[in-house]
Amino acid sequence: MRHIISVILENEAGALSRVSGLFTQRGFNIESLTVAQTNDVNLSRMTIVSSGSDRVLEQIVKQLNKLIEVVKVSDLTSQDHVERELMLVKISSVLKDNVDLKELVEIFGCKVVDVTEKIYTIEVSGKTKKINAFLDAFDPANIIEVSRTGVTGISRGKK
Amino acid sequence: MKLNGAQILIHCLKREGVKHVFGYPGGAVLHIYDALEAQDEITHVLVRHEQGAAHGADGYARANGMPGVVLVTSGPGITNAVTGIATAHMDSIPMVVISGQVPSPLIGMDAFQEVDATGITRSCVKHNFLIRDISEVASTVKKAFYIATTGRPGPVVIDIPKDITIAEMEMEEYPETVEMRSYKPTTKASNRQIRKAAELIANSQRPIFYSGGGCVIGNASKELRELTRKLGFPITQTLMGLGAYPGTDKLSLGMLGMHGTYEANMAMYESDCVVAIGSRFDDRITGNLEKFCPTAKFIHIDIDPSQISKNVVADIPIVGQTKQVLQALIDELKDKKLTDISKWWSQINEWRKVDSLAYTKKSGVIKPQTVIEMLYEVTKGKAIVTSDVGQHQMWAAQYYLFDEPRQWINSGGLGTMGFGLPAAMGAKIAMPDRDVACVTGEGSIQMMLQELSTMLQYSTPVKIINLNNGYLGMVRQWQEFFYEKRYAMSYMDALPDFIKLAESYGHIGIKVEKESDLKPALVEAFKQKDRTVFLDILTDPSENVFPMIPAGGAHCDMLLAGRDQMVSKDETDFNAV
Repeated sequence: MRHIISVILENEAGALSRVSGLFTQRGFNIESLTVAQTNDVNLSRMTIVSSGSDRVLEQIVKQLNKLIEVVKVSDLTSQDHVERELMLVKISSVLKDNVDLKELVEIFGCKVVDVTEKIYTIEVSGKTKKINAFLDAFDPANIIEVSRTGVTGISRGKK
Repeated sequence: MKLNGAQILIHCLKREGVKHVFGYPGGAVLHIYDALEAQDEITHVLVRHEQGAAHGADGYARANGMPGVVLVTSGPGITNAVTGIATAHMDSIPMVVISGQVPSPLIGMDAFQEVDATGITRSCVKHNFLIRDISEVASTVKKAFYIATTGRPGPVVIDIPKDITIAEMEMEEYPETVEMRSYKPTTKASNRQIRKAAELIANSQRPIFYSGGGCVIGNASKELRELTRKLGFPITQTLMGLGAYPGTDKLSLGMLGMHGTYEANMAMYESDCVVAIGSRFDDRITGNLEKFCPTAKFIHIDIDPSQISKNVVADIPIVGQTKQVLQALIDELKDKKLTDISKWWSQINEWRKVDSLAYTKKSGVIKPQTVIEMLYEVTKGKAIVTSDVGQHQMWAAQYYLFDEPRQWINSGGLGTMGFGLPAAMGAKIAMPDRDVACVTGEGSIQMMLQELSTMLQYSTPVKIINLNNGYLGMVRQWQEFFYEKRYAMSYMDALPDFIKLAESYGHIGIKVEKESDLKPALVEAFKQKDRTVFLDILTDPSENVFPMIPAGGAHCDMLLAGRDQMVSKDETDFNAV
């Protein structure tokens, strides 16, 4: 099962490799990993998408908690949460099929952020499924390049 | 007063109460050595190889409970120490390793003797630090000792670039305490869990205590004895736990697991309530997990939450220090009515009659088991015994009945050949008034032989019991059983003359070829209070370690000496390690 694990950790050199190293060392898989500073400059938030049985997940959470620099670990998928991913994608403007690019941009609520002679660069954000659906709407031959951030997320409500 | 980084570092070590440092100098740590030389509170032990430094500090820590301290240079200095660090990590030994690093501006430039020390050691330490500014030295040392010695202990590496040891600053007060919002090692066990555990314990009909290294490292021996005796429960101990409960006590069933006793393993298999105390359900203990303790409920006491339900799902997990949890259980069970377990004991006593550690003596050869029994007799069971890794390690664990914690020192988790000799040296430095024996084999001893030189320099008299059977015995045993006797590379050819070797290092060497010479040689060796004696004892090359649970087997599938043939039955054997 897919899990989104949110990790708050001390913003120190080496902390990222400690976390990513833990995943390879223990044979846990990583689908995506994002990291950036939080509103507290000394803390970073890392969002990891992984999959595995409940027991594997329990181990992932415990092993993460064991890392000295980790302040808090939570499994977002077990609670009310909001998740988003951002994608920048280059689509050929000389479309080989009958897709109406402008219509798609409207339906998916995304933005055209750059246009050149032959290429539209589009910014799409949303749940991973939505991003996949947007890509699925095109003939793969028209998709020139994709850059995705991986999932980031936050719990809903007061905490 | 202005001090340089090296002087600050040494000052901090003193404040941490460090008395001994095991190390080896080199370019990046010259300033630290200069500062070390200028004082006499801390004794530096100059080893002959950095792995020896790490094992020496490890043996020191295991013997007296103080954190071991290692000082090595950059590059090969720290890489040589890695095996010793990993050994300490697997067995949760408190250790602080200070490694020199190339000057900060050269980091990442492939400088002479540069390695990414924090990168290389990351997966085999509890934590590591790279110091980036002289102002961080004191707080980092404070944190390192705090992390190494609290919670589940482990090694911590401090990598310190040379320029930081040279820079100067006003020495600030060394911090008395340390607060880390991300590290809170003191957990108090939940009262609710204690009550639930006490309930299960009181109502079980076939209970067994299965205690491990957490009772030794956690100094919980007293509480373990009190609780076990109060309840009258059978207790079996892991390789790492031996001695926390006295091996000679009538409630003790000896060691369990792959080479455990028949009664210990059968009792585990038939038990309805297994109380794991500071033990981690290692694969050497459980054998086939699917067939492990099929009828038992598990109470698992451990300070490290990640150990709980890792291999075996705990019915009642209790996260906390073994010492405190056991005390809480003693209090909780004080007035509880216990189930009568006399039937369980009669069953166990039946299993005991199998006498699974019996072996047959052969005329003309010395049985390795006899050597350990004789060592026990001559030292009256009081020596600190270290071991290397292999058959001799198992025999020492089986036949030397340890009555005290910290008496038995071996590399259980990582299984590091070469550990025994430097660990014995470290143990002797920590406990100079105790007899220290290193049980080893002709294979293992050759991995750290050079430390014989250190042992002369620092007068650390150790008795080396070399069970010399001319084979890497455990490898040979597996090849006999699982590889149709194809003995690939397990024969130790071209062995040195260990007697001359010991003598050339300034020690005493005694060769023992006949059983009748064994006891006099041991007596003579232990009479030499201030000399290291190397006893090269020729033992039966064909002897195997029994009982043995073949890989993939359950605790009830044990093979016994003289009763069972060891043959490979199915392919799963080959997947085992």
